[in-house]
Amino acid sequence: MADRTPLLSVTELSKTYLSATGPVEAIRSISFDVYPGELVCIVGPSGCGKTTLLKCVSGLLPPTSGTVTLDGAEVTRPPATMAVVFQEYGQSLYPWLTVRDNVALPLRARGVPRAERAAVVERALEEVGLSHVLRTYPWQLSGGMQQRVAIARAVAYQPEVLVMDEPFAAVDAQTRADLEDLVRRVWKDLGVTVLFVTHDIDESVYLGERVVVLSASPTVVQEDLAVDLPAERDQLGTRALPRFTELRTHVYGQIQRAKRGEQVGAA
Amino acid sequence: MLSETVTSMTTVPGPVAPEQAPRARDGVRATPRGTGPRPSARPRSRRTRRAVLGFLGVLGFAATWELFALAEVVNPSYLPSFTTTARRLVAELGEPRFWSTLGDTLITWALGLAIAVGAALVLGTVIGLVPFLRRATHSTVEFLRPIPSVAIIPLAVLVAGLSREAALIVVVYAPFWQVLIQVLYGIADVNTVARDTARSFGLGRAQRLRHLVLPTALPYVITGFRLAAAIALVLTITSELVIGNPGIGRQIDLYRSAPDAPGLYALVLVTGLLGLLVNLGTRAIERRVLHWHPSVRRETPR
Ligand SMILES: Nc1ncnc2c1ncn2[C@@H]1O[C@H](COP(=O)(O)OP(=O)(O)OP(=O)(O)O)[C@@H](O)[C@H]1O
Ligand SMILES: [Mg+2]
Repeated sequence: MADRTPLLSVTELSKTYLSATGPVEAIRSISFDVYPGELVCIVGPSGCGKTTLLKCVSGLLPPTSGTVTLDGAEVTRPPATMAVVFQEYGQSLYPWLTVRDNVALPLRARGVPRAERAAVVERALEEVGLSHVLRTYPWQLSGGMQQRVAIARAVAYQPEVLVMDEPFAAVDAQTRADLEDLVRRVWKDLGVTVLFVTHDIDESVYLGERVVVLSASPTVVQEDLAVDLPAERDQLGTRALPRFTELRTHVYGQIQRAKRGEQVGAA
Repeated sequence: MLSETVTSMTTVPGPVAPEQAPRARDGVRATPRGTGPRPSARPRSRRTRRAVLGFLGVLGFAATWELFALAEVVNPSYLPSFTTTARRLVAELGEPRFWSTLGDTLITWALGLAIAVGAALVLGTVIGLVPFLRRATHSTVEFLRPIPSVAIIPLAVLVAGLSREAALIVVVYAPFWQVLIQVLYGIADVNTVARDTARSFGLGRAQRLRHLVLPTALPYVITGFRLAAAIALVLTITSELVIGNPGIGRQIDLYRSAPDAPGLYALVLVTGLLGLLVNLGTRAIERRVLHWHPSVRRETPR
């Protein structure tokens, strides 16, 4: 791993919000690297600054100090090679556009010709299993379907890096399992690099090739853990593996320790 | 003001359909469709019932009027019977002069409304997008807006004489503020996640304006337009009455001084019908343009 160059580097990133009630230190110092083609999960307790971190990574929010580098260039505004899937799919999809037009909008803004756009959009919706709802409006769909539309939009954008902020926090367990498998499939099919944020320990271990565990606020990296589970994962088999249980217990312990404020060096 | 207009926009009478409740978990809830909402069988029968009820109401009003006039509670030369008025109205409809008078009113109304809406859209967008301008104009807007248009009439006459131009100043004034305020609120209503989404997908300022800001503001603008259209009509008739520029309002005043009570009443009925048509028209536009908006979605549950 050390001989490869990272695609995405987060270096001593910190963020303090200056709000009306005084400064809020959301992130103290976070550093980690993501290598091309990896699927990295970031897990941390609620309110530890995961969304803040992703906003800094995706160029939507300037960090207070530290840097984010993508492909060797410092990120100061949203990079053209990165797509973001937000937790709030209901607000992220535009109600005045049909499913197809929502997915097509970023391509349209980029000036992709109509015919090519249609083909790309169709393929992306096929990838998430939604090619039958092209002309439907997002608000006519269930929550899980809406989040799949948001994923299709990100896929159609053809990014190098796909960033997801707790995308499945608001869907039911069954849908969530399906969507997790969808993310693994998209990751494999398209060969993108995925940065997936979650507060769910099981989800992080099931999905990730690596798990970055964040501490509670003031946030630092508690541990950076490689997940040595088989590449082929399935909801029943993988979750029944003794190694899966070991890993999740380990991550759980780390988060508990983080909550108590004990610092542990990276593994 | 915001809460007032927004409430009037989003709270539609009638039961709240489950559409607005947390979304169903599985399946497509409604069949895919083309453009506007096509009301299904149930709302249509409800609409028929509403139309029948409305018609009965009008009939009741006419009958009451007729009885009142026949009983001669008021001097008949001040209150002609409904049938006399209706006959006179039909006669008016056959006169070319009536139509040219109506045309004058409609032109003043449409021109005033167009100027008000156009100016408010452009200015509102510019002010709304520049925080400095928004702060700088806030108190001025709040000061100028409540001035009743009627109070502007002498000023308009002083500036433009007893002319259609003077009437236009009056007709433009109130609707302009109405729409301007709506545009400002609409532009301020852009959702942060929606904006972050647009930025992260590389939409520039102009593209965000077109694909996010304007669609977000549209419901506010349409509501503003609906209210502005009604206000502009009132002001058009008022200015014709007071300033004396050609139109239904001036004709009403002429019939008063003639005196010609049936003619006067017939034209008052015409103004009422105009108001009704304006309202129906703007509501139809609203339903068409905002078919995706919760207020309209709720209005025609599918
Ligand atoms: N705009 C803001 N102004 C001030 N403080 C903020 C702002 N946004 C977030 N914070 C604070 O920063 C901290 C981290 O917030 P953030 O939303 O990044 O956490 P999170 O890990 O994503 O939480 P969750 O798991 O609930 O999504 C919180 O204490 C929050 O109150
Ligand atoms: Mg969050």
